[in-house]
Amino acid sequence: MNAWHNVWTITKRELGAYFTSPIAYVFIVIFLLLCGFFTFFVGGFFERQEASLVRPFFDWHPWFYLFLVPAVGMRLWAEERRVGTIELLLTMPITAWQAIVGKFLASWLFLALALALTFPVVITVNYLGDPDNGVILTAYIGSWLMAGAYLAISCITSALTRSQVVSFIISLVVCLFLILAGFPPVINVLEQVAPRLVELVASFSVMTHFEGFQRGVLDVRDLLFFLSVIGFSLFTTSVILRTHRAG
Amino acid sequence: MIKVQNLAKMFGTKRAVDDVSFSVNRGEVLGFLGPNGAGKSTTMRVITGFLPPSAGTVTVGGFDIVEHAIQARRLIGYLPENAPAYTDMTVFGFLNFAAEIRGLRGDARKQAVNRAVEMCFLESVLHQSVETLSKGYRHRTCFAQSVIHDPDVLVLDEPTDGLDPNQKHEVRQLIRRMGEKKAIIFSTHILEEVDAACTRAIIIDRGKIVANGTPQELRQKSEWSGAVTLRVKNVAASTVSTKLYQVPLVKRVTVVDEKDGRVTVRAFPKSGANGALAAAIGEAAHDWQVEQLHTEEGRLDEVFRSITMPDTAKEAA
Repeated sequence: MNAWHNVWTITKRELGAYFTSPIAYVFIVIFLLLCGFFTFFVGGFFERQEASLVRPFFDWHPWFYLFLVPAVGMRLWAEERRVGTIELLLTMPITAWQAIVGKFLASWLFLALALALTFPVVITVNYLGDPDNGVILTAYIGSWLMAGAYLAISCITSALTRSQVVSFIISLVVCLFLILAGFPPVINVLEQVAPRLVELVASFSVMTHFEGFQRGVLDVRDLLFFLSVIGFSLFTTSVILRTHRAG
Repeated sequence: MIKVQNLAKMFGTKRAVDDVSFSVNRGEVLGFLGPNGAGKSTTMRVITGFLPPSAGTVTVGGFDIVEHAIQARRLIGYLPENAPAYTDMTVFGFLNFAAEIRGLRGDARKQAVNRAVEMCFLESVLHQSVETLSKGYRHRTCFAQSVIHDPDVLVLDEPTDGLDPNQKHEVRQLIRRMGEKKAIIFSTHILEEVDAACTRAIIIDRGKIVANGTPQELRQKSEWSGAVTLRVKNVAASTVSTKLYQVPLVKRVTVVDEKDGRVTVRAFPKSGANGALAAAIGEAAHDWQVEQLHTEEGRLDEVFRSITMPDTAKEAA
């Protein structure tokens, strides 16, 4: 009870911080522009002549997030360390976990808001045809979970450094690996080089697990994958924060 | 309230704090002195629970800072070095956040924020973003955060750093006033602050405590303590010092200054003079034109130098 109050206090502060700086507005505008552009121009939404968002809209999300989520997550701990407020935060009567979860939750909710603001696409497809809204909903859930996994990785890299730029680049590279591990061209190469490893490597990819959600399937294994990436990453963040202080 | 026992803190193989023990009771203001890098900030970071100790224990209000971290931290208000604050928030927002995370709700929170704002004179910048504040205001904002829950224990790392002389004075007054009811530990390298605000002072050097006592006790360690300064007119310096060397209590005489026909000399007492030196010198000087004659109380800066840098202090004296 009290613990959640502490988490929520941190979350509120962090959310406030997004909206008092230009980050939130820049991010949302860019995200929406990208979504619109790729869906209607590159994704060929109209040319496909089908009432579905899977290919033209959701297919791009892993790539958008690759750049945008590290940008959201990079400041979480790096900024606290640079300004020195981490010393205030971690000497307050809260546990490090409450701070970590609170901060993560704030960014994740922010991403949820950005994602929710893509609703005109859903309205458009419903206006033009008769899509399976259940599939759209599961795809949205999958997309949000995937964003959460990227974000949790950004938490780690943000805790590693005082520099937001370094944090951004490292998390981008890690997330890129998570995409490429399941990216068809990479899988094809891997099949020729080391066919036995294909399944193992692909199982680490967000692409493989996002695929299920895009088809409208809520597979427990996919759900568990994203949640365990988040859980593991936040745990790693707590270890990193502790080792910094242990000296 | 604060009890530090055999505290050590290592960074890699470097010992930042080495076997430090002391305690601070309610009603005490402990000044923490030391050269830069002596381990003041590290000690404070361990006391507030930011850094875990490598060895030894710290208890605050009876709670171990590691075992019962949350209970111990509730009792502490902390002003870190350089007074960090969330730059994207307004002063009001920041203080509200601090109050809320300290578990204050509703009216209690409003009152706490108002009290802290009043105490630290922040009304005029209340709705300004922390980013746009001058250093003095930013410092006071962080200070306000540390007292928002009216803590029993205050840990202040260089609370007057970066303030102008008036603000320094205000903060010292504030510390002394609050010190009547709380246990306060604050670090500084401005020695006059020790006199202005502390009931007790600790000098720390290279991670170890090298002196611990009231400002008065520390001052008596100075060889200046009990020395007599004399200024006379129209007498040659050599005559003055020859005459003073004949006074039985005098150990050593130095000529401080000689200009415009005025000579200033300082006589250091032999041990056991016990303040009788001034009278003896007054007698010896009775046929000169004496402009000034007074006994030195001992100087903290000289004690500080002689303790933390024994070699250079002698040269300077």
